[in-house]
Amino acid sequence: MRSETQERFYPMDRGNPFNPPEDYAELRDKAPLSRVRLWDGTHPYLATRFADIKVVLSHPRFSCEPNREGFPHVLEGRMVADKADRSFLRLDPPEHDRLRRMVTKEFTVRKVEQLRPRIQETVDRLIESYTSLPQGADFVEHFSGPLPTEIITYLLGVPFEDHEFFHRATRIQFGSKSSQAEVRQSLDELFAYLDALIDAKEKNPGDDVISRLVAEQLVPGHVDRETLINIVRLLLSAGHQTTQNMTALGVLTLLQHPDQLALIKQDPTLIPNAVEELLRYSSVLHMGARRVALEDIDVNGHIIREGEGVICSIPAANRDGELFPDPDRLDVTRPQARSHVAFGYGVHQCVGQVLARAELQVVYGTLFNRLPDLRLAVPFEQLRFRHDMFVYGVHELPLKW
Amino acid sequence: MKIQIDKARCIAAGQCVLQAPKVFDQDEEDGIVILLNDNPTEDLWESTRMAARLCPSEAITIIED
Repeated sequence: MRSETQERFYPMDRGNPFNPPEDYAELRDKAPLSRVRLWDGTHPYLATRFADIKVVLSHPRFSCEPNREGFPHVLEGRMVADKADRSFLRLDPPEHDRLRRMVTKEFTVRKVEQLRPRIQETVDRLIESYTSLPQGADFVEHFSGPLPTEIITYLLGVPFEDHEFFHRATRIQFGSKSSQAEVRQSLDELFAYLDALIDAKEKNPGDDVISRLVAEQLVPGHVDRETLINIVRLLLSAGHQTTQNMTALGVLTLLQHPDQLALIKQDPTLIPNAVEELLRYSSVLHMGARRVALEDIDVNGHIIREGEGVICSIPAANRDGELFPDPDRLDVTRPQARSHVAFGYGVHQCVGQVLARAELQVVYGTLFNRLPDLRLAVPFEQLRFRHDMFVYGVHELPLKW
Repeated sequence: MKIQIDKARCIAAGQCVLQAPKVFDQDEEDGIVILLNDNPTEDLWESTRMAARLCPSEAITIIED
């Protein structure tokens, strides 16, 4: 029997901004499936061990559907967005699989490799424009934000000029301080925007993902309009905010670990593994992959009862010493790095992960060689980390070059 | 080494193609796994095992001879 320690409030505070909350190590050791208390007074389990998280996320009887009783809602505003979500992210198989397969052809290894020259051109151009700004300019606003937004808007066929509108929507919908009413209003605005965009694609199709979804799925009746809007919303929000934050946090992490940065500058063949290690180390999806049990389920000897929720902590899994020796050390040569679950695990593992990897590889492979003196423009202590957001990172990153 | 794939389980994450591109490919229509080589030579065993380990939907089975 595993013992339960004192119940903690979730989400927990971090000490070191590069590390998960310090309590996770103790929980993983003593109570890897322990109850936590959420804002709404519910008490789901927090899973902190890699092996348990893999069981939960790959088990067909753990549901990811937010309207089911017992599903853990970690943030008040997020609850509204999750309950309204009709994309495959929030559906169980078999409907999940059917809808996901409508978009998977757009993110294959071959498709992303064809896109790599465009990613490289975009990175080169953004380095030019960023370094034409005064020293100390914000890397998040002028580089790590625009890069994935340019790529995903190009792929989807969303006008890039509208980025301030949907960046704002993302900030509201994924912020811990957003009220339910604010999130509801933001969702309405975003849905109206995407509805109009889908209309425009019906009349004037382009060579883009939304046009193909309209022609191949919506028009023949394989997907209804509301579901299609939700799928596009998912691709747009996941396509910019995760990569944006991972890009900036990864740059900061490397700047704060000059020995590791020196390794990838000397040997660019290390870049792909360095990306995996940075994904493991940073785990920007820091508020959990959440599930609810549809029946009593044995998770490595611990029974989760039907109707009970589980928050699988991705940062905790990725710092589990059982799989990653000396887990809090950044090591770009770590042989097991790619075993991380930064993109989740099971049937919901990130649909855009190949694209995200390519973007990160191009950034880390280009930026530090082009700007060898890249460094922080403010004391580290002044940086504001995204403790308050569903996706972790830094709010601003002022750099000099 | 023999390899079996379960296309019904596959969710087209692409991990297998990244690990072992000589053994796995993806269908252009839906990204679902295509087995290029169900009996790979020894030099491909390690990357093939890694592909099976990383597959998020456990759609790859390896039968070691």
